[in-house]
Amino acid sequence: MDFDYSEDQQLLQESVQRFVRENYSFEARRQLVATEQGYSDAHWRQFAELGWLGIPFPEEHGGLGMSGVETMVVMEAIGSGLVAEPYLSTVVMGGGAVAAAGSEEQKAEILPAVAEGKCKLAFAFAERQARYNLQDVEMRADAANGGYRLSGMKSVVFGAPTADRFVVSARTAGGLRDADGITLFLVDKEAAGLSVRGYPTADGLRAGEVTLDNTPGDALGEVDGGLPTIEEVVDRAIAAVSAEAVGLMGTLNDMTLEYLKTREQFGQPIGRFQVLQHRMVDMFIAHEEAKSMAMMAAMRIDEEDADARKKAMSAAKVQIGKSARFVGQQSIQLHGGIGMTDEYAAGHYFKRLTMIDRSFGDNDYHLRRYAAL
Amino acid sequence: MRIDITDRDRAFREEVRAFIRDRLPQDVRDKVRDGSLLTRDDVVDWMRAVSERGWMCPNWPEAAGGPGWTPSQRFIFEEESCLACAPGPVPFGPQMVGPVLLAFGTEEQKARHLPGILSSGTIWCQGYSEPNSGSDLASLACRAVRDGDHYIVNGRKIWTTNADWADWCFALVRTDSSGKKQDGISVLLIDMSLPGVTVRPIERFSRMSDFNEVIFEDVRVPVSERIYDEGKGWTCAKYLLGHERSGTAGVGLCRQRLDRLEEIDDGRDPEFSRRIAETGAALEDLRWSYLRMVAAKEADDEIGPEASLLKIRGTEIQQDVMELLMEAQGYFAHPFIERALARGWNEPPVGPSEAAGATAFYFDWRKASIYGGSNEIQRNIIAKAVLGL
Repeated sequence: MDFDYSEDQQLLQESVQRFVRENYSFEARRQLVATEQGYSDAHWRQFAELGWLGIPFPEEHGGLGMSGVETMVVMEAIGSGLVAEPYLSTVVMGGGAVAAAGSEEQKAEILPAVAEGKCKLAFAFAERQARYNLQDVEMRADAANGGYRLSGMKSVVFGAPTADRFVVSARTAGGLRDADGITLFLVDKEAAGLSVRGYPTADGLRAGEVTLDNTPGDALGEVDGGLPTIEEVVDRAIAAVSAEAVGLMGTLNDMTLEYLKTREQFGQPIGRFQVLQHRMVDMFIAHEEAKSMAMMAAMRIDEEDADARKKAMSAAKVQIGKSARFVGQQSIQLHGGIGMTDEYAAGHYFKRLTMIDRSFGDNDYHLRRYAAL
Repeated sequence: MRIDITDRDRAFREEVRAFIRDRLPQDVRDKVRDGSLLTRDDVVDWMRAVSERGWMCPNWPEAAGGPGWTPSQRFIFEEESCLACAPGPVPFGPQMVGPVLLAFGTEEQKARHLPGILSSGTIWCQGYSEPNSGSDLASLACRAVRDGDHYIVNGRKIWTTNADWADWCFALVRTDSSGKKQDGISVLLIDMSLPGVTVRPIERFSRMSDFNEVIFEDVRVPVSERIYDEGKGWTCAKYLLGHERSGTAGVGLCRQRLDRLEEIDDGRDPEFSRRIAETGAALEDLRWSYLRMVAAKEADDEIGPEASLLKIRGTEIQQDVMELLMEAQGYFAHPFIERALARGWNEPPVGPSEAAGATAFYFDWRKASIYGGSNEIQRNIIAKAVLGL
């Protein structure tokens, strides 16, 4: 057993951390997320040049053929600086779906373009009535003229406003919540009948409601058998946001600890009060617990046995949720009034942590899935 | 020991309901229900309607303009107001300055200020915290130097809720720094329109309405606006913190949000339903703790340090309710269209109409365990003053 990074992984980590240091001061981030697009095209080009956009893809499709651990390295740094570029939606989720289920032609067409920064993706799987249930799919796809036409609505699609292509789950057979009968489709943003209502999310990122109206789509992977891919992609997202949350909590804990050491009340640093010391210790423990689970998730995400993988990702998500909630809430509490302000970074980290907890299944959902597997 | 639910209480509840039904505008009700931002007019117009009915200051003695309610009537009023989605009043006049004036003010001061509070013609804010004096409030540094019939005030107050709406500020200032920090603090009532008063909004990360920084630069405040003796302001401040802690602990607000949660909950997630029920039971406890500890004792106007318990549990339960309401939105906790929280936004909401407000309220309500003396400070008070530790 080895929890150390290889030399290549260390180099990758240094390079992502340097990018964050040089580009993601809190002030720069605030300005960036306040723009219409909410992130920077220049940053995205830089990601492409540094190879980060192809990390998980096979080398024959322009990727680096790396494992879940490298994705963890990138996502942790993304968390540490509250990076706003749509890495999760494009590389981990959209790219993950194409890599998992695409035909050789589809992979050859899309993955190199993603790796080069020329194509952004969004994974449209959630629906209004479904909460976190991945097989609750109303979006309909009907066979027509050798292809498919999709109609329906997808909700809270991360990265939707600037996606070039969507991976959309739709029902090709069966009833509303059946496991079988779901198919994934590739849909172009210019396709007839597709519209996106984009909006900012509470953490300053971008998402959208995607409506399809008799919109043409190409099946991605097995017809009627899309659910295992959806589950795999969402599990990849869980592993990725687990690492992101670890980065977020690391920065938040550093910030809070510094505040405890420097803020003086009653003639001494407030960190001298034992009740606050113990709180900070519990925040440290929560972060360490999250780190263990994020590493476990990164190492087990490529596991062959789907049930073992799902159980592992549920366990990770539950712990990440608990840690994120505690560290987020208590960092604000320990800062007092200043922690509530928009011009201080802590609240923004807390918001992203909270939204991670609200994504890909909350604690109740994952405890149920864990118990059932 | 008995629970009195008298016919009089039932009739009173109907009277309150009828009043709110008749007087509260539908658009304001909808905004409160959906957690949209309220304007000063939304809040103050409603306060004036309540004032006209004579119900603005339920905690005041009847002789001073209070309605002469029993503790259970006060409770019913607040509960019905929240359940009907009436805006909460700006509390600083009726619930804080008023009681302090009644306890410590001169007849002349009472005559000058109480009518405006009763009629909601004057809106107040509270100048307590400073950048370097939060939990350690007594270390405050905002200086007031005597100059003939005036004090010249210089300093900064921070996290001042509703300062941008307020006509007057009830401020703690330092008139003497030679002795113990609690000595040398005085209370001044400051007209916010005086030259040298600047209010600067501070945005919260929740993007809900502001709190403010209030800057005093050579503000000339008449000595006649000092409450109680010079240097004895800490006595007033402590009295007032007792009143701040002894509000009804947000029971009505929580009840309204929990009712909404029970409506939303479709029962598909039994664990979530269980948590709603658990919070509901905790709220029942809070309500009875309030009635047992505060309402029943208010007859002799002795609010003990056990009121800190209500502040702690009240804010914790409020935060739990806000969190459940956000969680109930699932993925719709994410979309955050800031304009949707403001007046005049009439595009269809993304997801359920309360979703954007639910997330903003969850974030914003983290303030509740910080303000009015943080919950850590409240625990210190109980440890020291109740348990003798």
